[in-house]
Amino acid sequence: MPQAKSATKRPLTYQEVWGRVGIYAFLGVLALFFLLPLYVMLVTSFKSMDEIRLGLIFSLPQQFSIDAWIKAWTSACTGLECTGLRVGFGNSVKILVPSVIFSILLGAINGYALSFWKVKGANVLFACLLLGSFVPYQVFIYPLVRFYAQTGIYGSLSAIVLTHIIFGMPVMTLLFRNYYSGLPVELFKAARIDGAGFWRIFISIILPMSVPIAIVAVIMQVTAIWNDFLLGLVFAGRENLPMTVQLNNIVNTTTGERAYNVNMAATVLTSLVPLTVYLVSGRWFVRGIASGAVKG
Amino acid sequence: MGAELTRHVKRNLVAYIALLPMAVVVIFAYLGTMAWSVRLSFSSSKLLPRNDFVGIAQYLTLFDTPRWLTSLGNLVIIAFFFLLICFVLGTLLAIFIDQNVRAESLFRTVFLYPYAMSFVVAGLIWQWILNPDLGIQHTMHGLGFSGFVLDWVVNSKMVLYAIILATVWHGSGLVMALILAGLRGVDTEIWRATRIDGIPTWRVYLSIVLPMLRPMIITSLVLLSISIVKMYDVVVAMTNGGPGTASEVPAKFIMDNLFERANIGLATAASTVMLVTVLLVMAPVIYSQYFRKSGRAS
Amino acid sequence: MSSVSLQNLEISYGNVAIVKNLDLTIQDGEFLVLLGPSGCGKSTLLSAIGGLADVSGGRILFNDKDVTWTDPKDRGIGMVFQSYALYPTMSVERNLSFGLRIAGIDRAIIEKKVKWASELLQIDHLLDRKPSALSGGQRQRVAIGRALVRDADIFLFDEPLSNLDAKLRAELRLEIKKLHKTLKSTMIYVTHDQIEALTLADRIAVMKDGLIQQLDTPLNVYNKPANEFVGSFLGSPAMNKVKGELVAEGDRLFFADGAFRLDVSRYPFAQKIESGRKVVLGLRPEHILPARGETQAIEGKVSLIEPMGSSILAWSIFDGISLSHLVGQDDGCEADRTFPVTIDIQKASFFDVDTGWRL
Repeated sequence: MPQAKSATKRPLTYQEVWGRVGIYAFLGVLALFFLLPLYVMLVTSFKSMDEIRLGLIFSLPQQFSIDAWIKAWTSACTGLECTGLRVGFGNSVKILVPSVIFSILLGAINGYALSFWKVKGANVLFACLLLGSFVPYQVFIYPLVRFYAQTGIYGSLSAIVLTHIIFGMPVMTLLFRNYYSGLPVELFKAARIDGAGFWRIFISIILPMSVPIAIVAVIMQVTAIWNDFLLGLVFAGRENLPMTVQLNNIVNTTTGERAYNVNMAATVLTSLVPLTVYLVSGRWFVRGIASGAVKG
Repeated sequence: MGAELTRHVKRNLVAYIALLPMAVVVIFAYLGTMAWSVRLSFSSSKLLPRNDFVGIAQYLTLFDTPRWLTSLGNLVIIAFFFLLICFVLGTLLAIFIDQNVRAESLFRTVFLYPYAMSFVVAGLIWQWILNPDLGIQHTMHGLGFSGFVLDWVVNSKMVLYAIILATVWHGSGLVMALILAGLRGVDTEIWRATRIDGIPTWRVYLSIVLPMLRPMIITSLVLLSISIVKMYDVVVAMTNGGPGTASEVPAKFIMDNLFERANIGLATAASTVMLVTVLLVMAPVIYSQYFRKSGRAS
Repeated sequence: MSSVSLQNLEISYGNVAIVKNLDLTIQDGEFLVLLGPSGCGKSTLLSAIGGLADVSGGRILFNDKDVTWTDPKDRGIGMVFQSYALYPTMSVERNLSFGLRIAGIDRAIIEKKVKWASELLQIDHLLDRKPSALSGGQRQRVAIGRALVRDADIFLFDEPLSNLDAKLRAELRLEIKKLHKTLKSTMIYVTHDQIEALTLADRIAVMKDGLIQQLDTPLNVYNKPANEFVGSFLGSPAMNKVKGELVAEGDRLFFADGAFRLDVSRYPFAQKIESGRKVVLGLRPEHILPARGETQAIEGKVSLIEPMGSSILAWSIFDGISLSHLVGQDDGCEADRTFPVTIDIQKASFFDVDTGWRL
């Protein structure tokens, strides 16, 4: 039969061909729109100020220079202090590490207790917690400031870490509770029959199974806490201002001519941590958004 | 009954202790602070909190303050366009990516990366691009188009749209990611059935698939709404409320009155208004989204 | 009304051939069942007939008209899926009518068709409900209804009953059979369930690895399996299989495996068999009968019995060979006792030990 082998591929109609072209054109144009700011920041950060004054924000640097990056990192000024962004970077790390560890640990314990144990009133508490995560921070901020001032920790590292733990709790608890609800309850029952108690089951059985969700939690908390501006501004105090706040100060408080190349290098530097987390984590990042479904 | 309760608590004592931190946080850090904020809104507090009671005086002042009314109006405009554009754009992106395109993961990465960055960064970048002395307008002038005008960030009529542009750039990837995840979850047999039924692809999305993705759509709209109500960083970084008060938003109004203008009573009144609004809007959504499928704990 | 003819059909994904050089003709009004284990290509084949999977070679003809590249909606088919594939946000009525509305058919005609189909399937009282408010059986009725209103000449069923429990499955099986009797349409039905295949089919095509192993009536497929695979795939409890040798003694032929010997002279071999040929003997449990004093009876020691309700499945050892056989409740078969049986060798099957094909 001659025609038997000829029909290997369905011929595309004109309509289908144009459809494909349209799809790629749409996606391509929008991809350019999304990439534009990043591109502008990168090329500008490698230019000299003379070149920036010339205009042409989209052109590639004629003389490639990393001076702006060095300046942004080591000697950019906030007001009178010219210490560079590295101070803010250090502060952000100091805030980030304990906040992430404690908020995830607490979230795991809460989620575990909520999904496997019978605690009267726990679901009401959880409901309040979730509701709280929808309320703008502005409602809580002032009383918290007063509370920290009373206890003498206002403007210290402990204050900002504690604040991140408080405001990270709804998402973390929800994340772990939903994950644990998907685990077979027989596992828990079998461990109970074997005589294991609350902590024993948590440490020996539940925690080892929590690795995937813990990764998601780390991704979510690292990006959220690193990107935080408001809480750092209010609670961290002068000594511990996180990178985002310092960045805004560098960019928006300078007098005289603005050093756009330094500012843009500083902006890219500030985005580097969450951007790296995002690029490395790939699908996990999306999973975080989808399973958390509430963001503080 | 009493003995039974004691036995129950005894059996699960450790679980009660383990949930203590959560209970403390909920009762003090969430409910307590909320209550105190509301309480302060009925006082005459200025620089320091006072325990007097002035009724709704602060609220009357608040709604007589042009800056607050502007903030509210701005928020409504920003929220409307932001949600609409994010939803439409994000959904379209998801649907287009779902057409078996090459380099799919590259497109996904590009559309979502802004969401991983801070609002401060988003604000700063777009401020520069729209800045007449540096960005697109400057470039066009440099190219010889001296009549070209793109001055959104310094034009009090257009500044809100500059903010909308920055926030859409930041947030529409979220809708794309959630909807795309939803599209991938649709039973392939549904798609096969629609081909047998001869339903055009656009019609399948509109009449069958998108209605099926209602939970995803609600989730993404809720997430975006929260971020827009809390919106503070992006405005501070981009315009600091200016020019004049043209881009003031409620969250910034509250912060300014708390920490710069020393008007705690007014600020807490404003935050109470936000609180009530959010609770009224969100309560039914939260209920239907999170509590209908409650855990197995009982 | 339509006949379906597949010529030299090839379907592959990348380099993996799912269906290989397949020829099959389905008569107008025939009920053909594609039966096989998962991964045998039966569902892919059905998708190709429906226009949902691209073929990489060969032709598909409906009534001698080439439809290989015709759009699914223009093929005059209705299809019913395993997961029902109902549009979850639409009411039953809307599910039934949606395709017709899109096609721009007159409202009055749509209404009439929906009424006819829903009455035929006894779902007319459910028209306002959403699929989520229906039971599995009702959902599948709606899915069938959606195929009905399309005025299809050919109905394609892709494991339609697999998600249902045993009782509903039996009920809907009967329903589909009645439907076929009423409509007299061509129906092609994919399943891995042999009971569905045996009860519904005019002809069964047993498939494995993308090839049709046997295409015949249910009775022939069951009684005269074309090869070892077909023999063991059909039948529950499963067919006994014993490897051994055929030995001629005078004008008689014996099957032998160690001490086990069986006179098989009366088996209708399709070809001349030389002595010493290695074969596989396939014996269905119901063809080993309790002996009623016949001389040919052989005696086995019962090792285990499994009561199955209407009958009992006994496992006995006959000269070192373990065979399962069916006995009646009153036959007095007990474990650890001896029990005499006779073997109906005419209903047995012999397969070549290497190729597995029937001898």
